[in-house]
Amino acid sequence: MAGRAQPVNPWPGISAAALVAALILGTLAAVALRAEATRGFGPADWSALRFTLSQAALSAGLSVALAIPVARALARRRFTGRRLLIALLGAPFILPVIVAILGLLQVFGRAGWVSDLLGLIGLPPVQIYGLHGVVLAHVFFNLPLATRLILQGWQEVPSERFRLAAQLRCEGFALFHLIEAPMLKRVVPGALAVIFAICLTSFAVALTLGGGPRATTIELAIYQAFTYDFDLGRAALLSGLQLVLTATAAFVALRLSRGDGFGSGLDRAIRRWDGTGRAARLGDGCWIVLAGAFLMLPLASVMISGLGGLMHLPIQVFQAALVSIVVAAASTALLLALALPMATAIATGRYGIVEITGILGLAASPLVIGTGLFILIRPMVDPTALALPVTATVNAVMALPFALRILVPAARQSVGRYGRLALSLDMGERAFFTRILLPRMRPQIGFAAGLTAALSMGDLGVIALFADAEIATLPLQLYRLMGAYQMQAAAGAALLLLILSMGAFWMFDRGGRWHAEA
Amino acid sequence: MLKLEDIIIATGDFTLAADLTVAPGSSVAVIGPSGAGKSTLLEAIAGFRDLRRGHILWQGQDLTDLPPGKRPVAMLFQDGNLFPHLTATQNVGLGLRPNGRLTPSEHEQVQSALSRVGLADKGARKPAELSGGQQSRVALARVLVQQRACLLLDEPFAALGPALKAEMLDLVAELVSETGTTLLMVSHEPEDARRIAAQALLVADGVAHAPMATAELLDNPPPALRDYLG
Repeated sequence: MAGRAQPVNPWPGISAAALVAALILGTLAAVALRAEATRGFGPADWSALRFTLSQAALSAGLSVALAIPVARALARRRFTGRRLLIALLGAPFILPVIVAILGLLQVFGRAGWVSDLLGLIGLPPVQIYGLHGVVLAHVFFNLPLATRLILQGWQEVPSERFRLAAQLRCEGFALFHLIEAPMLKRVVPGALAVIFAICLTSFAVALTLGGGPRATTIELAIYQAFTYDFDLGRAALLSGLQLVLTATAAFVALRLSRGDGFGSGLDRAIRRWDGTGRAARLGDGCWIVLAGAFLMLPLASVMISGLGGLMHLPIQVFQAALVSIVVAAASTALLLALALPMATAIATGRYGIVEITGILGLAASPLVIGTGLFILIRPMVDPTALALPVTATVNAVMALPFALRILVPAARQSVGRYGRLALSLDMGERAFFTRILLPRMRPQIGFAAGLTAALSMGDLGVIALFADAEIATLPLQLYRLMGAYQMQAAAGAALLLLILSMGAFWMFDRGGRWHAEA
Repeated sequence: MLKLEDIIIATGDFTLAADLTVAPGSSVAVIGPSGAGKSTLLEAIAGFRDLRRGHILWQGQDLTDLPPGKRPVAMLFQDGNLFPHLTATQNVGLGLRPNGRLTPSEHEQVQSALSRVGLADKGARKPAELSGGQQSRVALARVLVQQRACLLLDEPFAALGPALKAEMLDLVAELVSETGTTLLMVSHEPEDARRIAAQALLVADGVAHAPMATAELLDNPPPALRDYLG
């Protein structure tokens, strides 16, 4: 429609975008100015770069390679619990990294279940620290994402093609060649690129399972330059390197990927006629059971071990939990204050610059922004005094790209469908926003708020840069307990964090959908 | 009098020209082949499309640069005429106060409009709890309280069955004659046009022609209309 006006005031959204751009670009500029480029990269820096790239490539490759058979099995099998399993595949996105790592240690660690089993048959325990562990954890987080992305590809194959193939008695490799291979060719590069980009900025995983000269990511090296050497010049230089990497990877990933990974309708069942043989059924069953066990066992382990610890938590854990709740609430409020006006402005279809600002956060990593903020704040105040506001802000900015992906389509739909009616009723911009847009978008607002609250609750990133011994969020407190080998308290704290993150997500998401009309 | 003074509406390659007047209080069916620009013409009058040239006037007042909400025009679209999260009463209330709360006397106005369309006891329901015909009635009740001089219908009843659609058109005819509203309605069915519109205007080949008596136009159709009617 060659519309004239729309009942939408774009200026709040443009202002919010300007704030976000100023924050991201400002911190990047601070990093660039502070970086001591003349000093060049030392051998440790090069090795961090090599490790970052190789672990990301390995993690992406393994995640996608394993996801293909799992997604195929999920695409063509019907069984009770299938919907639940597919829904659970979305959970790692909001799962606190440090909780998952504790679970992985309990299952795969030196004293874990798997090592015990190996010991029974006289084999040495698993080595979880170093490259193995980092890749293992990344596969744990990204196998579900890859499975969802690839499953989406499978679901988008029109069912008529499977019907036609069945009629032609096209089975096995021929069917793969005819239908599935072309689909994978379309979907796999995007999935690889997205996971590669995610693993580049890995911090919490590298902090806990990596470390040492041979298993340090750039993100971790930035943190070490800060905390061990307090070498701001080197931290800034590494941040610059990290920025180039993540920006390039994010650009490639956005180019190659089309799906959003939150795609709904993944539990829709498509009737298939192939893969009815015993071997195919057995194979699919194995993949589903193995993938399910790989994802559930660590979580189950945290829950079981945490139950005992929950009763004997030190008081600091509860203090940290309170801090985390406040930070998550502030972060969620800030996110909504930024994302809602931005989504509204983007929905008019006229402010591409707002949309670009929205994805800027993907190019910067939390520690890079943290470094920049530290450099900017330090001349004025003691950065540790601002640890919590900075954490809440960075969490909100990091959640912004995801929130916009959820909110913008809903805002577009409401403006497109009801904009003309509102205009012909002479409804003002403010009334349209509060009386039409907000109520219409409530389910999406709830979902976005839930994601942000959970992400912020479980985040172990910037807070590690800024915090001193006095103050901690729950994830940081959990990390400290693990570092001090207080494993029982750590297990209890992990369960508490898991409950808080999932509870925050559930509360917002459920609240958004409560009594919402179609 | 609604006057389209030598206007041209253009979007991309498509242009539609019109130079015509519609007498106040008359009911005019807008007929013509699909894609000829019937909806475009109504959207231009309602203010949703810019004119490349010319003026639109109502009783001598130039509407051309007024935003849609400031024109003496109410329009019902093919769909999306009600907000699904608001009750029937709230939807009708928007016709009086799109930006605020209703006063008690305005509440009475809303209630009497709902009664007029036969929904006195359905005010608390949301659109999903109403039938298609009842939803159309709510939209008409809102048009009533809006009290605009012109009503434009872009086939809002297209999704209803034949009997229900006829019922709605009769209700529209009653309402516009009670209030003296000028009606322009897009119509695909010659029978609808004959039913409630004494006049009809033909949109074809990039031109919206002046209105003429409906029976005359349909009984002696020009070539473009003859092809369409078959």
